[in-house]
Amino acid sequence: MTVIQAVVFVLVAICGTAVVLMREPYRQTFLLSLYGLLLSILFVMLAAPDVALSVIVIGAALPLMILTALRIVGQHST
Amino acid sequence: MTIRSRQIMALGSTAALGLLLVWGVIRLPDFGAYPGPYSDVLNAAAVAERHVTNIPSAVNFDYRAFDTLGEEFMLFVAVAGLAVLFREQRGRSNRKNPSVVQVSEAVRWMGSGLIGFTVLFGMMIVLHGSLTPGGGFQGGLILAMTVLLIYLIRGDEAFERLSRRAFVEALEAAGAGAYVLIGLAMLTTGGMFLENLLPIGRLRELDSGGTIFLINLATGVEVSAAFVLLFAEFLEESRKPSSER
Repeated sequence: MTVIQAVVFVLVAICGTAVVLMREPYRQTFLLSLYGLLLSILFVMLAAPDVALSVIVIGAALPLMILTALRIVGQHST
Repeated sequence: MTIRSRQIMALGSTAALGLLLVWGVIRLPDFGAYPGPYSDVLNAAAVAERHVTNIPSAVNFDYRAFDTLGEEFMLFVAVAGLAVLFREQRGRSNRKNPSVVQVSEAVRWMGSGLIGFTVLFGMMIVLHGSLTPGGGFQGGLILAMTVLLIYLIRGDEAFERLSRRAFVEALEAAGAGAYVLIGLAMLTTGGMFLENLLPIGRLRELDSGGTIFLINLATGVEVSAAFVLLFAEFLEESRKPSSER
């Protein structure tokens, strides 16, 4: 394992923990997309570009869906 | 059960689980170690056999194309089931209930700028599925996300115009059906179902890979339409007056 791989591993671990610990949905969504970005960098570092692309796609779709859901929920509660 | 005894039980089971985890991690193979011959064989053979430079595509859409057919129909059946379920509950009465949404300037400008790029990127990922990382699944999802992006910027009306049900449903069915038809076409030429019998083309060019390219395209159409339909159904469900939920 190279140094940069180790660094990205640690960053992914930190960001994943932060996603779990964050209680505010909007901030959690943005942390989640940052986590997806870090994860895709990790997969590129591990020479798996195809998996990295899948992670990017999920990381693009999931926060967008959550944001839309949050907006709809917000509309109904006000 | 008192809190004290619960704490003791929790501590005990956590310690046991922790030990199991440590034991499992110790017995893991070394970092980056790969014992099996499968990918070595594929890496050596697939480029020459299929003129494809993205080996995962060759695996997904050729060597185990029948498996991928199952995966694609999983998505197809899931979306169809969801649409049937929601429409059954919804009935035909309460169609339009458009909501007016305030979108911030930042989202509108940023999103408008990104749409063109995202469409192009999605199309590139689908078309180059046999050459570079990606393919029908990933590219299709990116294309579906542009429609979602347009919803975020322009709201219900623009989204409705882009996702006319009959059109999206037809696209989804056409994508899924084309996959099967490609397989059946191979049968008529005397091969096996989904056997790659088309000319494999030139290495590192768009026409390489034979059926891999076509199946990639069909998958891209199916996946993008499926996700647009999925989102449209959820959106319509959320638009019901709150009293009915």
